[in-house]
Amino acid sequence: MTDLREKSVAPVVPEKVGRKRRIPPAVAILLGAALILILTYTLPPFRNYQLATVGAYFTVTAGLTVLTGLNGQLSLGHGALMATGAYTFALTQNRWLSMPLSVLAAIVVTTLAGVVIGLAAARLRGPYLAGLTLAVAVVVPSVTSTFDTTFNSDMGLSIALDPPPGTIPMERWQAWLCWAGALVTAFLLATLTRGRFGRDIRAVRDDETAARLAGVHVARTQVLAFVVSAACAGLAGALFAVLAQSVSPGAFPLTLSLFLVMAIVIGGLGRLVGALLGALLLVLLPALAQTAGERSGSQHLEGNLALVIFGVVLVVVMLAAPGGLASIRFTLRRK
Amino acid sequence: MTGAGALLEVDGLTAGYGAAPVLHDVRLSVPSGAIIAVLGANGAGKTTLLRTLSGLLRAARGSVVFDGEDLRGVKVEHLVRRGIAHVPEGRGVVTELTVDENLRLGGLWRRDRLDAARALDEVYDLFPALAQRRASAGHQLSGGERQMLALGRALIGRPRLLLLDEPSLGLAPRITAQIMALLRDLRERTGLTVLLVEQNVRSALSIADEGVVLSLGRVVTRNNAAELRDDADLRHAYLGF
Amino acid sequence: MDRFVYLTFDGLSRGAVYAAFALALVLIWRAARIVNFAQGAMAVAAVYVAYSVTDATGSYWLGFVAAIVFGLLLGVAVEKTVMRFVDHSSPLNGVVVALGLVLIVQGVLGILFGNEYRPIETPFRRDAFEVGGIALLSRYDVFVFAAVGAVVVALTLLFTRTAVGLRMRAAAFAPDVSRLLGVPVGGMLTLGWALAAAVGSLAGMLVVPTELGLHPTAMDVVFVSAFTAAVVGGLDSPIGAVTGGLVVGLLLSYVSGYLGATVAPMAVLFLLVAVLLGRPGGLFSHSKARLA
Repeated sequence: MTDLREKSVAPVVPEKVGRKRRIPPAVAILLGAALILILTYTLPPFRNYQLATVGAYFTVTAGLTVLTGLNGQLSLGHGALMATGAYTFALTQNRWLSMPLSVLAAIVVTTLAGVVIGLAAARLRGPYLAGLTLAVAVVVPSVTSTFDTTFNSDMGLSIALDPPPGTIPMERWQAWLCWAGALVTAFLLATLTRGRFGRDIRAVRDDETAARLAGVHVARTQVLAFVVSAACAGLAGALFAVLAQSVSPGAFPLTLSLFLVMAIVIGGLGRLVGALLGALLLVLLPALAQTAGERSGSQHLEGNLALVIFGVVLVVVMLAAPGGLASIRFTLRRK
Repeated sequence: MTGAGALLEVDGLTAGYGAAPVLHDVRLSVPSGAIIAVLGANGAGKTTLLRTLSGLLRAARGSVVFDGEDLRGVKVEHLVRRGIAHVPEGRGVVTELTVDENLRLGGLWRRDRLDAARALDEVYDLFPALAQRRASAGHQLSGGERQMLALGRALIGRPRLLLLDEPSLGLAPRITAQIMALLRDLRERTGLTVLLVEQNVRSALSIADEGVVLSLGRVVTRNNAAELRDDADLRHAYLGF
Repeated sequence: MDRFVYLTFDGLSRGAVYAAFALALVLIWRAARIVNFAQGAMAVAAVYVAYSVTDATGSYWLGFVAAIVFGLLLGVAVEKTVMRFVDHSSPLNGVVVALGLVLIVQGVLGILFGNEYRPIETPFRRDAFEVGGIALLSRYDVFVFAAVGAVVVALTLLFTRTAVGLRMRAAAFAPDVSRLLGVPVGGMLTLGWALAAAVGSLAGMLVVPTELGLHPTAMDVVFVSAFTAAVVGGLDSPIGAVTGGLVVGLLLSYVSGYLGATVAPMAVLFLLVAVLLGRPGGLFSHSKARLA
């Protein structure tokens, strides 16, 4: 290449500045749990269901934030990883009827899938990684047709869930389950990214060569970041299975993976709060678009309007923030 | 030295990357038909000066007037039509293209196809080494051949002003000498004006009429070449020999 | 043996389409260093235009021309209004913006046309000629070969024989140097996007009738196959894209024919993984692999 543009030198802002003001994770998580508890007793069932969905989305966007925002890897395959978790949950649950076991199985199996993809991903950059994970997102649902005796093709599987304990309504129970998963995930991620691992993945994102010279094992760090985010996706998949009480390939289209990317980009990369905001948008925007669609009386508008809004927001955010992803990350850190 | 007869007139030029300027209030005038050497240590702002002159870098303040026209509003793409050729540092050969393609690229903007073809032949006459390697890709050339190619490509536009960035970089002294001789020869034959940025002070002053010394983005002195050569204090202070 | 021959021709016909689509990806990658993840969605939009025009006029060929022209214009619009403003400091930015475009295009198509599969007609019959009792290829396959062949030849001539082609290549490889030599780099970029989008539209026109039908997401799987083709050939190499397209087409055809159609997407995924891990620069690239 004979491009003459000189590399722009990004000013270095010490990370400590922002960190002092943060609330300790444990406190934030407890506050969050209390808030959820109050909400589940005050909201009507449908709102509880939406609240539960936010929790399930937050579980996966939190993991993606670590991967893309902190580590700089873009995955379009997390919808497929969620499908992996959901199907594992469904198959385990229908066989042994034990939710803890099924959730554990979903996480373990998806983590293993994450190891495989992560190993490949650590050797790839930018568009190549995006393309590979896109292929995963597009191809994985077709697996359900290949092994249709296990996965029942496009029809999917219904799940035999244990009824909620006592007289707790289903929606409240779902909200508790989803938010338990989400908050535990957020706590673990917050703790993890504050330690050595967090420093390493940031270092790898900012400058691989410098990180390597500083003794960071780049490939291992990247695989680890992918595996952590895959585990989150697995749990989220299980939570979605709990929510829908069924699984089918149609629930995990490519659009889901794109929505997840959108959520973390708009929410602000690299911050768990951003992931939460993104998860909230993922539930609220389609609901608003749905209402708008119903009002207009056009069947075509439903669902599709949400796509357009998401797309426009994504493009506008990317163009309006002059440094793109990097600057979003940057201004947030500076606050 | 400023005043009538200057082909390029630079005044109060301040420019840089991001918030911190690299060039401060640079004033420079290049008379028509002169060879002016811009000298200075690494990081003095020499390359930045050329990039700002050709518009690759936007100036924060100041004016660049070429042949009576302010260049600030002129797009980089239109510069070559005004008669300005900028041979960037690192030679700027498009390494993926062949020698012939690189040279033709230099003449594509010209309406006078006939003269562009004639200029191409002249460049091949001027650099027989290039004529032998017409079909070779840029990345297969030696450093000297690349410099000849970049220079030849600039000449195909029949420029009035040549902005030349570090032509001696990485070249053997013999080849550097050839290129310097060629520049002097071109000036004498065609009246070409040259603004030559060089770290290789001896080579540059061997052909330049005048030298301008930059230090930390400011013009610290300008004088005729012979006096600069003999000014030991200046050499020690700014030029490092 | 008969089956093998048939599958080979079928694979080459599919491969020709992937080749054209991969070529479109390579065009933009070379010009702008962006993998246009919106290529599939843009192509579907063009096919919907063709569908509407054909529906209104009754002429397949009017629709065909409309699709190509629409593709050109869409390429120009996307480059001028969106892609031009993408910040290139991180290679992820272009990818994310393209994904945003995918959502927009698919959403708009869904709103305008609905989300059901629409059957779309072919200008030529798709039943295969038989030579000596062996089914070889259909009239439609011949049309596909001719169309893709014409595009490849036209692009080759454009890039190697014309001044515009030389400008486009120079602008892609060395934008600053090109500008100094008077090349309107921005215009070349727009032209690159327009050409690529038109070629992508052609590929869409050719492939959609052979798949499930017209749907906003009809090209998702095709995109993956074409991306794989482009990676197999090396994102920098037009010849590689064509070869890669044929390789992927043959692979898909053999795998579908001998192992079942549902296995085919996975075969593509395995090929993609194998090439990315084995030779990330592509099988035909002579330069060092570009990772970013």
